[in-house]
Amino acid sequence: MIPVIVIVLGIVMLGAAFAAIYFKSLLASIISAGVISLLASVLYLILGSPDVAMTEATIGSGLTTVVFLFALYRVRKGNPDD
Amino acid sequence: MIKYLAVIVSVVGLGMIFLPIVTGFHEAEQLSPLAAQYVEGSINDLETQNVVTSVIVTYRGLDTLGEVTVLFLATVGVGLLLKGTQEDRLLMPFSELLETTSSVLVAMIMVLGIYIFSHGHLTPGGGFQGGVVIASGFLLLLLASSGTKINHLVLNLVESVSGAAYVGIGAAGLVLAVGFLSPEILPLGDFGRLLSAGAIPVIYSLIGLKVGSELTSILVTMGGE
Repeated sequence: MIPVIVIVLGIVMLGAAFAAIYFKSLLASIISAGVISLLASVLYLILGSPDVAMTEATIGSGLTTVVFLFALYRVRKGNPDD
Repeated sequence: MIKYLAVIVSVVGLGMIFLPIVTGFHEAEQLSPLAAQYVEGSINDLETQNVVTSVIVTYRGLDTLGEVTVLFLATVGVGLLLKGTQEDRLLMPFSELLETTSSVLVAMIMVLGIYIFSHGHLTPGGGFQGGVVIASGFLLLLLASSGTKINHLVLNLVESVSGAAYVGIGAAGLVLAVGFLSPEILPLGDFGRLLSAGAIPVIYSLIGLKVGSELTSILVTMGGE
């Protein structure tokens, strides 16, 4: 069962990674990058390292996403054309 | 065309470099000698239930100090670059529902953050994770309630006092115990209790406060006030 979950998680993470590159909208890219981190934290938990999973979930998918969103907002405000 | 060729060649080259790691992989039957030393030392010498924490705070304590320094420098950089660019807040009018719910939730998030960093030596988690949870509580306040004023003086005070205390406890280990950042300056206590493992919970709580205040100040600076 566990190998199946790990493989499915890996495939979804790869899909989200390609989506982050190919999405036209930067907002969608940031969110799919956050999804990668969230799935990675589930993967760490399954592999038996709850400490790393907590770090990945809080910093990777929580804080980094918010910081990127703030940065995107500031950049947009600087160049209203984009 | 040449661009695609270069990409394919570099990807294949990278794959060739990683190939021996994949083909030569075999599952470890037992811990490596160093890891076995850490696990035994953490349980027998330091009375720490969570081995990861004893490695982070004690055996690799200097690395953690470096990590905290990097985070501090990043905070200073963000503050310096975005200084004076504070404009109006980036948000729409606040709804009363959101404000009421967030004020209930924030208290719970703060308690969770404090729990995570103060129990770092017993259960998974620690200063970094707890600090980020606390910062996310402040983020919720910033985003959901009007009139949230974060006092920069208090943030800076908490940040610098906890940072100085961290280094001070580390230096006290030089005099009172076996070396820099040694946790044996406080009594080790009983295995598995909240007040055990010497200075490890104190150090991790200080790291939690420092990380929490630094990240909160990054969020306040970037999000505008």
